[in-house]
Amino acid sequence: MRWDFIIEIFPKLLRASVLTLELTIAGISIGIVIGLIASLMRISGIKLFSVIAKIYVDFFRGTPLLVQIAIIHYALPVIFDYVPVAIVSGVIALGINSGAYVAEIFRAGIQSIDKGQMEAARSLGMTWGQAMRYIILPQAFKVSIPPLGNEFIALLKDSSLVSIIAVEELMTTGRLIMGKTPLVAEIWFSVAMLYLVMTSTIAVLVNYVERRLQIGDSSQKSA
Amino acid sequence: MIVVRNLHKKFGNLEVLKGINCHVKEKEVVCIIGPSGSGKSTFLRCLNRLEEPTSGEIIIDNIPVTGDKANVNLIRQEVGMVFQRFNLFPHLTALENIMLAPMKVRKKSRKEAKEIAEELLAKIGLTDKKDAYPEQLSGGQQQRVAIARALAMKPKVMLFDEPTSSLDPEVVGEVLNVMKTLAKEGMTMIVVTHEMGFAREVGDRVIFMDDGCFLEEGTPDEIFNNPKYERTRAFLSKIL
Repeated sequence: MRWDFIIEIFPKLLRASVLTLELTIAGISIGIVIGLIASLMRISGIKLFSVIAKIYVDFFRGTPLLVQIAIIHYALPVIFDYVPVAIVSGVIALGINSGAYVAEIFRAGIQSIDKGQMEAARSLGMTWGQAMRYIILPQAFKVSIPPLGNEFIALLKDSSLVSIIAVEELMTTGRLIMGKTPLVAEIWFSVAMLYLVMTSTIAVLVNYVERRLQIGDSSQKSA
Repeated sequence: MIVVRNLHKKFGNLEVLKGINCHVKEKEVVCIIGPSGSGKSTFLRCLNRLEEPTSGEIIIDNIPVTGDKANVNLIRQEVGMVFQRFNLFPHLTALENIMLAPMKVRKKSRKEAKEIAEELLAKIGLTDKKDAYPEQLSGGQQQRVAIARALAMKPKVMLFDEPTSSLDPEVVGEVLNVMKTLAKEGMTMIVVTHEMGFAREVGDRVIFMDDGCFLEEGTPDEIFNNPKYERTRAFLSKIL
């Protein structure tokens, strides 16, 4: 191992890691918004909405992210005649893709809430929307935090795929350095370590949030 | 106050309610008894349209409950419901459970809602538990909070769906006492119950329900001491 080389490329890789993190955070944020809308459409009981949501979820979970990135960055600009920006295409692809997974996470979370909760809320005169907002979603969201954390980690790793459209995140930066040097092992082990540090940190954070929320649940307090 | 005409409810091919007619006066306490599966809960849940009636007509406080034009949310504001399994909101404290609907549905200010909630907690004797989450309360306490939650909407009618059936025997009394107070204050109540003592003491009228029909109704004295039908007698002899 050439440690001096690792130290030399490290600042560059670190900056690229920040971009990887930014892409992932932007992606999951879009994903949470889309996922929430899609999950509500799915369970709305309105046929048209639920069919649209199902087609969306099935398409983006049933095709490779790499292909989705290619469609968004290469195919759509041809169809709609515009000049794509790689980083925008990347964020959109990650967001729409994770939205499909998040939709299923929220749907499972919502369906795990006892149906007596909805009945109690409705019996008090709340509309479906109010019952969702004040009663069902806060509980469903709490249940959804561990799988959302997993989705965040999965998305961070999948963000390496945007390297095919030359967004200079961690993976692309590794490849660019590789073109100029024979020290291949140093590069890829460093890249792997940086991914590992990021995913482990997220795992710890999710764990912490999860424990904090359980306290509000009072199960700890009464113990 | 409540008028029900020829109410039918089918689940698929199963007819659970077979043409119910019923009239409940203001301030009346009606207790519905009968074997499980006879349609008692379904009847109650039709009254605030938690179940969709298959046919028939329901009118509460001169507002039609059935029909396409009925505003379900408006009716539910006037009809409180207490469930067998409490259904308190686990992510909210006792106080917040009671405050939520007045704030979001009746558009009361936080301060007003808090006053209403604190008054009700005092009434059910749980002022010291106002910041407790449902999990930290006993079954009896949870059900009392659930009653307070329904009362916070200042409903004109209260529906009780077997409110003591999932409680430990030693806390049944505290819930029944709250209900008795409510009855004395003149609340119009329909109570599905297996507590014959309560029906006898508090009920103005007792209805025996069997196989989707109101088989027999009358004063507690008539039903418990002098039932007309063999079915009623058989049921009572098993349960008393």
